[in-house]
Amino acid sequence: MLEDAFERARGEKRMAFIPYVMAGDPDLETTEAILLALSDAGADVIELGVPYSDPLADGPTIAAAGQRALRSATHLREVLALASRCRERCPPIVLFTYYNPVYQFGVERFAREAAAAGVAGAIVPDVALDESAELRAALQAQGLTMPLLVAPSTPHPRAARIVDAATGFVYVVSRLGVTGTGNAPDFAPLRRQLASLRELTDKPLAVGFGLSSPQDVRNLGMLADGVVVGSALIDAYAGARAQEAATRVRQFVAPLIAACFLVSP
Amino acid sequence: MSAPDTRGYFGDFGGRYVPEVLIAALDELERAMMAAFADPAFWAEYHEVLRDFVGRPSPIYRCERYAADVSSVPLVMKREDTNHTGAHKINNTVGQALLARRMGKRRLLAETGAGQHGVATATVGAKLGLPVDVYMGVRDIERQALNVDVMRLLGAQVHAVASGTQTLKDATNEAFRVWAQRVEDTFYVIGSVVGAHPYPFMVREFQKVIGIEARRQTLERYGRLPSDVIACVGGGSNAMGIFSGFVDDRDVKFWGVEAGGKGVDGDEHAASLRAGSIGVLHGSRSYLLQSAEGQVRETHSISAGLDYPGVGPEHAFFKESGRATYVDITDAQAVEAFHAFARCEGILPALESAHAIGFARELAAQRGADDLILVNLSGRGDKDIGRC
Ligand SMILES: Cc1ncc(COP(=O)(O)O)c(C=O)c1O
Repeated sequence: MLEDAFERARGEKRMAFIPYVMAGDPDLETTEAILLALSDAGADVIELGVPYSDPLADGPTIAAAGQRALRSATHLREVLALASRCRERCPPIVLFTYYNPVYQFGVERFAREAAAAGVAGAIVPDVALDESAELRAALQAQGLTMPLLVAPSTPHPRAARIVDAATGFVYVVSRLGVTGTGNAPDFAPLRRQLASLRELTDKPLAVGFGLSSPQDVRNLGMLADGVVVGSALIDAYAGARAQEAATRVRQFVAPLIAACFLVSP
Repeated sequence: MSAPDTRGYFGDFGGRYVPEVLIAALDELERAMMAAFADPAFWAEYHEVLRDFVGRPSPIYRCERYAADVSSVPLVMKREDTNHTGAHKINNTVGQALLARRMGKRRLLAETGAGQHGVATATVGAKLGLPVDVYMGVRDIERQALNVDVMRLLGAQVHAVASGTQTLKDATNEAFRVWAQRVEDTFYVIGSVVGAHPYPFMVREFQKVIGIEARRQTLERYGRLPSDVIACVGGGSNAMGIFSGFVDDRDVKFWGVEAGGKGVDGDEHAASLRAGSIGVLHGSRSYLLQSAEGQVRETHSISAGLDYPGVGPEHAFFKESGRATYVDITDAQAVEAFHAFARCEGILPALESAHAIGFARELAAQRGADDLILVNLSGRGDKDIGRC
């Protein structure tokens, strides 16, 4: 599923657009409306955040979105049900979840129910390569992917092992730190890292963390296969619900999606 | 002495559950730590600072009156309250700060709950000329105001953490996030035997001096080992420090005392080992207080230093293997022990330590003159005056 999405984008000479939304922020009805809006707007893959009380890899925007989602009692089970409801009408959904909710749910059960919900895979930011074997195997057994992250601090030999183990795509963290729009990435070293990863693998490279504007997207040039936009998108609909949130999302993503075209369409 | 396996596991507990951005820093730390641990010059400097700056060895002291009405058992305190800055925390910060300097790091970063670890980090940072940033929950800033003033006097920046529970858990989240941004020049000084590998192991090794001294002192003074060793358990560093001196003495029983808050049958406590379940928090797999959905729960303890939903992975291992037994003491019992101990012995214990002292009286009632109970008096109670 994921491979096809990147393949299609590549065929259209553009980067895949991968929005991140927090499920249940502020309620599941709003998230559903947003997912459909993203689908209409042309998102290629959707990262669906699973709320967690202690999101170590997230900055204030996504952490606060997670708190709002927890107030609406959204947990892994509800997120899987949402994914299942939207599966026919959405591009591939990849869950973005911390490990503890998965661990409590049961790793095998998680893989089984995620597959049954039609989810394409899971990104687990606090499970790096070293702890990933069990979860990766469980997901793979159900035909699901597990993209792994590469950070600016990742040494080259380790990056080689990560891209080998990653499935679906490689998630390239654009800068040190956590998610959030506070500071934009430094594009020169990021481009160098993308070029060196490109030599290691044909797997799609998707860049995320701190990307918020069409200019950020254009700055990636031809070197990435996909761009992830999270915090800026959440900021764009914060405070709104249901259709109003969906409208704001549509307005916000249109120029970002346009910027993904390497050659103007 | 048991080390964790190469992946940082004590049995099934520990490991490294952190974002990729921190892995290289943990690898670098592990390499530098192993090199330092193998270097006698590193330990020589560590012990010199502990002697001249911290005031070690800390004495042991046999209580005269506190439990004399219930038992004839010798009740002996390991006086970590006599350390510079008033708690065991400084043993660890001396070690980590010396390691940071050896690694060429230019700043120190710390989380703190009661403020004792923050003060201990600020102190060592001032001594070594390393700037210190401390992250502390808004609620803890309110209940441990004295320590906030001390940190600022020592030149540290204290950052208020307003997210989540506004206590140690969220201060730790924030410290990890800030570290992820500054991994290149910043050393994260963790305050307990928690976090991702190699922290639980490293912090234990820096706190082990408590147990090594106490073992020698008990043998010298009483000609025998203790029958029981008691320590309070928040993250578990003072407990692991004293336990690790006796870990090969299989007849010595270990008792870890958790914060029972308003009772472990309800929700308002911080007894992760007594009443929690296995999960992953702050980089390692251990016991924690969580909901069925895997959300980490809000905790309660009258003592800020024990008000934490997780616990070090080696304690989880000790629980599973039966090497240690974990019990709890409620807020009310701890406050009672605090007052009784102050009046009977002329020592104000930290509220954290008062949990261990409260349990010691219960255990004393079951022990006799042939036994010997050793309690880690992990800190002094000045910071708690007016709060209980
Ligand atoms: C005096 C004292 N004892 C105990 C603790 C709990 O920490 P640990 O369980 O790591 O020893 C603290 C924490 O702040 C403390 O200040």
